[in-house]
Amino acid sequence: MQCASATLDIRDEADAADAICAANARGVSCAIVGGGSKSRLGRSAPQGQSLSTRALTGATLYEPDELVLSARSGTCLGEIEALLDEHGQQLAFEPMDYGPLLGSAKSAATIGGVIAVNASGPRRIKAGAARDHLLGFRCVTGRGEIVKSGGRVMKNVTGYDLSKLVCGSYGTLALLTEITLKVLPKSETECTLLAIGGDEAESLALLRRAAATPCEPSSLAMLPAGAAPLALDAHAAAIRLEGPAISVTARRDDLATRLASEGLRFETLVEADSKALWRDLRDAAPVAGRTGQVWRISVAPTEGFAVVERIRRAGAPMLAHFYDWAGGLIWLCVEAAPDAHAAAVRGAVDVGGGHATLIRASEETRANVDVFHPQPASLAALTRRVKESFDPAHILERGRMRAEF
Amino acid sequence: MTLLMPAPEPEIMSRRNEVIARLRAILPRESLIVDEVARRAYECDAFTMYRALPLVVALPESVEEVRAVMALAAEMNVKLVPRGAGTSLSGGSMPLEDGILLGMSKFNRILEIDYENRCARVQPGVQNLAISKAVEAQGFYYAPDPSSQIACSIGGNVAENAGGVHCLKYGLTTNNILGLEVVLMGGELIRLGGKHLDSEGYDLIGLMTGSEGLLGVVTEVTVRLLQRPPVARVLLLGFASVAAGARCVGAIIARGVIPAGLEMMDKATIHAVERFQPCGYPLDAEALVIVELDGTQIEVDHLVGFVHEIARDEGATTIRASTSEAERLQFWAGRKNAFPAVSCIAPDYLCMDGTIPRARLPEALAGMDRLAKAQGLSVANVFHAGDGNLHPLILYDASKAGEVERAENLGFDILRLCVSLGGVLTGEHGVGVEKRDLMGEMFSDVDLEQQMRLKCAFDPAGRLNPGKVFPTLHRCAEFGMMHVSGGNAPFPDLPRF
Repeated sequence: MQCASATLDIRDEADAADAICAANARGVSCAIVGGGSKSRLGRSAPQGQSLSTRALTGATLYEPDELVLSARSGTCLGEIEALLDEHGQQLAFEPMDYGPLLGSAKSAATIGGVIAVNASGPRRIKAGAARDHLLGFRCVTGRGEIVKSGGRVMKNVTGYDLSKLVCGSYGTLALLTEITLKVLPKSETECTLLAIGGDEAESLALLRRAAATPCEPSSLAMLPAGAAPLALDAHAAAIRLEGPAISVTARRDDLATRLASEGLRFETLVEADSKALWRDLRDAAPVAGRTGQVWRISVAPTEGFAVVERIRRAGAPMLAHFYDWAGGLIWLCVEAAPDAHAAAVRGAVDVGGGHATLIRASEETRANVDVFHPQPASLAALTRRVKESFDPAHILERGRMRAEF
Repeated sequence: MTLLMPAPEPEIMSRRNEVIARLRAILPRESLIVDEVARRAYECDAFTMYRALPLVVALPESVEEVRAVMALAAEMNVKLVPRGAGTSLSGGSMPLEDGILLGMSKFNRILEIDYENRCARVQPGVQNLAISKAVEAQGFYYAPDPSSQIACSIGGNVAENAGGVHCLKYGLTTNNILGLEVVLMGGELIRLGGKHLDSEGYDLIGLMTGSEGLLGVVTEVTVRLLQRPPVARVLLLGFASVAAGARCVGAIIARGVIPAGLEMMDKATIHAVERFQPCGYPLDAEALVIVELDGTQIEVDHLVGFVHEIARDEGATTIRASTSEAERLQFWAGRKNAFPAVSCIAPDYLCMDGTIPRARLPEALAGMDRLAKAQGLSVANVFHAGDGNLHPLILYDASKAGEVERAENLGFDILRLCVSLGGVLTGEHGVGVEKRDLMGEMFSDVDLEQQMRLKCAFDPAGRLNPGKVFPTLHRCAEFGMMHVSGGNAPFPDLPRF
């Protein structure tokens, strides 16, 4: 008999099917673990055993001029990025490294984990999220069946788009075995225009104005004064421009002219500094280095500032925050509390719609507070039926997303 | 190969009057089409080979009416087929003789345009192009542009995950939707997403998009609006072979350029187009590649120069770049008129929609040629070359005995060829009725059963748009059973019910 925390190494699909069938037979729930960088993400819900994808590695297809890459799910993200880099390509959705924020190993993520949490960075507003780049996959469902969906081509509407469903499902539907992604060329260069000196609301309004120009910003963030990594003496709006050098320079000049106003000063971060800034923001550096609980909040861009104000007024002790996605994504660090100030945070979000996810908190808090935004009853019931269509016995990642499954 | 729809259930047909009477209690008189002549107008969508007279047509105009009709259908156990503008090329909204046809054409209002959040809330019956028209004065547009965009509705776009010529750079419908309001069979209303990005929880917006009206009826859509690029220019590139054209397309992408549009057509289509409406396409070319580049003036000019160089290195026999907006539109005119032009060289054509890995294009064309000869037919080809989406147009004459069947058979052969080359059955037109019986070419029974189980999660009675997408109908209860392989059930200890 295996002990409760046993780890099974999954070497291939047949292994995964056997393991999940056996788990069903014995009623043992399974964690799915890749590099472990996200093991503190989601509801805290101990599983009967772990299925490790670390032996399920390697790119299986890469055709740069067709913009497509397939890899087994346990392949390190870093390895995939290095391979793409050799051909001047990238994962345009800029997957976040949760390691620094969650205090786990840096650069440990696997591609399976990236897809499982739909990890997307600052470029999401222009290039799309992980879910927009997943062309197809193979998996073993919670029923222990080997299933494939999608394909390797860009345009495919054959059957339901299960790629969207598994992306962000935290392993609760299936163990992904192979993943096929759309990859894209890297830009020739990039720079960041910083507009420094406005107040918080003004800086966010400026980001929205920038988004409505033809200057094609690829990322739009707002850093309060003092926020890492820049630690400026005033609030700053950061606008990333990517493309051919000749175009980047022209668009930066155009933007600075369009956005100029009294009391604002502009600075430009050239390529290396610009890349470093967005890598740090991708990994939530302004809140990652602070001690406290961390929320990730997605709302309409115009709502961002109002949501933060409402949270502040509701009495949640805020330690640090910043905005990405033109104000639509708020990263917020609050003083630790057993309830993680969930009522204040979610109450503020629910006014205008959106969701708040508790990203960093103690195991105890993540067991007792809804980590994912509560759903209306009808949506919750549908969600459960979808779960059970893949995993009727709640074998995979039981309780990781919702207490009821 | 003839497509069979599930036989009308006599039990439902016999209750037609009762269904109508109950619908009359829900909908005003003018929102219900009962008369046979008027129902004929709905007997098919743009997949006109197959027709059926719907039991009754309901045209609700409020979400409450939709909910009431769907609750009634569930209560009375009557089938229901949703329909937008009826432009589906795969029979997605083909009616059923024993089903209520739920037409969403009265949902034609743009509810809100929110420029600051770069999105619009629209009803599902709004035309695709009407969204872009409504926001163009402010410099915005809605990106997916299927060729039926003057007629097709956004609700149908969601159901089919519609694409268009610009989706390599700007994505399909699924990449441009922020929120949906959906009514499930039974009348339950579900709201998904909103004006924010990436709702956590299962991505049911992504699942609904492209689900071909089998999971729920969309009653509101929040679409993403994009800033229209200030400049677009087009290059026309002629090649001495299709292989050379395909290589050039690969080279453009490999050198880091993602064009806004990247189209290709073969010699048969070039000649048909030039006869239909001359627009300066090179008649000596075996393949024509159309490259559209958009962005700021300085960037577009730079990229036009870059692509020009690539095309020259790849042996293009013709290279022309548009120098004015009028010329750009002229370069596009031929491509946009490709279908009507082809219909002038043959009495009928069947438009197919497979996708292949682009590098396999020469093989695909050679294979298609062989298959066409075997059926005694010919094929003209237009492709979305950037993403490998093929639109072979099978030319036939429906008035000649056996040609319809041969055309259909050729269509199926071509799609099987696409799958064998690593591609898929449909890039943007949907499975619907047309490709339903080919699903087994791409998916195993287990793959399809998983998809059907999802259908059951939304529609346990299987009454919403049945007979589409899946080659066999199952009752959901069947999926509770486990497959027994080699005498061993996979989970011997699980309770069965």
